[in-house]
Amino acid sequence: MTNQANNGALGTGAGTAESVRPLLLRGLRKAFTDVQAVDGLDLEVERGECFGLLGPNGAGKTTTIEICEGLTTPDSGTVELLGLNWKANAAELRQRIGIQLQETQFSEKLTVEETLRLFRSFFKRGISVDESIKTAQLEEKRKSRVGGLSGGQKQRLAMATALVGDPELLFLDEPTTGLDPQARRHLWDLVDELKQAGRTIILTTHYMDEAERLCDRVAIMDHGKAIALGTPQQLIASVGGEDIVEFAVVGHETGQVVVDAELLTAIPGVQSHRVDAGLHQLAVSEPHLVVPLIFTTLTAKGLHLSEFRTHSATLEDVFVRLTGRNLRDE
Amino acid sequence: MSKLDMNRLERSSLFQLTLVRFRLFLREPEAIFWIFCFPILLAMGLGIAFRNRPADVLQVGATTMQLTQALAADKGLTSVTIDEQAGTHALATGSILLLAIQKPEGVAYKYDDTNPDARTARLLADRAIQTAAGRREAVHAENDLVHETGSRYIDFVVPGLLGMNLMGSAMWGLGFSIVDARQKKLLKRMVASPMPKWQYLASFLLSRLVMLLIEVGAFLTFARLAFGVPFRGSLIELGILCLLTSLAFSGLGLLTASRARTTEAVSGLMNLAMLPMWILSGVFFSASRFPALIQPVVRALPLTAAIDAMRGNMLQGMSLGQLMIPVAILLAWFVVPFAISLRIFRWR
Repeated sequence: MTNQANNGALGTGAGTAESVRPLLLRGLRKAFTDVQAVDGLDLEVERGECFGLLGPNGAGKTTTIEICEGLTTPDSGTVELLGLNWKANAAELRQRIGIQLQETQFSEKLTVEETLRLFRSFFKRGISVDESIKTAQLEEKRKSRVGGLSGGQKQRLAMATALVGDPELLFLDEPTTGLDPQARRHLWDLVDELKQAGRTIILTTHYMDEAERLCDRVAIMDHGKAIALGTPQQLIASVGGEDIVEFAVVGHETGQVVVDAELLTAIPGVQSHRVDAGLHQLAVSEPHLVVPLIFTTLTAKGLHLSEFRTHSATLEDVFVRLTGRNLRDE
Repeated sequence: MSKLDMNRLERSSLFQLTLVRFRLFLREPEAIFWIFCFPILLAMGLGIAFRNRPADVLQVGATTMQLTQALAADKGLTSVTIDEQAGTHALATGSILLLAIQKPEGVAYKYDDTNPDARTARLLADRAIQTAAGRREAVHAENDLVHETGSRYIDFVVPGLLGMNLMGSAMWGLGFSIVDARQKKLLKRMVASPMPKWQYLASFLLSRLVMLLIEVGAFLTFARLAFGVPFRGSLIELGILCLLTSLAFSGLGLLTASRARTTEAVSGLMNLAMLPMWILSGVFFSASRFPALIQPVVRALPLTAAIDAMRGNMLQGMSLGQLMIPVAILLAWFVVPFAISLRIFRWR
């Protein structure tokens, strides 16, 4: 057996110069009849990083990743993968990347092993079917028909079909959408292992916790544009405060009241304010100093708190800050 | 290396794709019924319904034992002794075709002269009774009997059923599976991998080829053993005709599947394509019964060409050379839809 068969489930793929950038997008645009799905996108992904495209449904994440995967042709712009492009090097690129699409259903009457043997046969080099099964932790389901797998197992099978070719670049489109919390965590662990093995991963998600947990860098997408780019920590810091204070108030007698926004933003340490369905959200830098001041201000106005909580800022807060909408609103 | 490592054959994607086609087919019990059992059951039903009664023995009655014995001397008749009243009743209910009544002056035959069988019974009965009474033939005559197997209804309908079955299995086998894979986004997943696209389509044709052998073999063996259907032409050429037929309908199946997004849509399209052929192509009766005006259309249909060619081979012993026209029609039905499909095929 030659080295092509078995250089490890977690190998990083061989044969490429370290200097070649896994992915480069420049001025990418794609319009469908009713919508500008991607609207001038520039991105670079470095070797060995896990890069996330985060955004609500309809932000253009899937269109972007499918352009990268060579499944959709952009209207304009440059796409370079591993220093190659889809026009000239499609056959080579197909051999060197691994793809997991959103909502693929494999043939229900084939077993896990049969499905993986099929996909393995498409690649000139790669890991053994055995290893892909082990990596995806499907050993017990090896002989089971795909139709009998749980949602999480099906998703891990999809991951295994993306891994059999030992790809240098792995694309995961919404890998955990529709999974229960336990299955999501299981899949996150799997992605973690791949990351630790140094594989370059590009994933899309509309779960901010997923992006925070998995991605080294994140591009937040909205209406076909990247509206923010950086590590999750950088992005969260860019909100202006590290913490978020949320509260709702009731008046002494009237019940419903309007709180003057300027009153709140005047408090030292409050970076921003917004109201969403009666719930006030303040981005604050030093909660231990700011919170007592908020209480004082509200009491002075004769207002009572009906709800109050604080939490560390998340990517969700970044998105809200940038767009004025929640990720899940769409 | 571990036992699960694949050998060279197993590493071939064409082999794996074809293997998948077999696995999926064998794990679909309904498909096995429609392709293997249904045509045999249909042939069995038709064979029984339209079987030729062994040299038609006609049931007659006679009022005396003497007449009954005279009638029984003819192999074409069986006779019962029955009195006139009961005999008239038996005539009315059709359990006998003719009643021979002994009269003082001779014999009277009671029968329905609009019924051809009854008229035959009259001739046979009279001959038997006259012979028994001592009549001699004026001219010596001998019978030279011919039992033409190739002219029975079952002989006619077996090539028709074979053609119809090849049409159904090829069209459903390709059309439904492809659109199902497209609907499940499996097709998109496949082209996202380095799979050579032509191999995906070739795997369908290859698996058809093997299933064809089993399918045609089982059906024709049954037709031969159960009904003695003749094979007057070359079996190899019949095999080539079956292959051509299957390819032609694979082309048509691929065409119906090349754009459809849902299995419902492709089912509708396939039924639309097959319906005219079920009616016009002469599966159960000769296509030449249709008016001359539409004959060019009827002749150009792939199923008509397939069935004509198979009947020519099986019943008339014609060679491929004599069947060039239907063969050319089948080839055209393979090449043209296949070429169009490849151009318009939707891979996602």
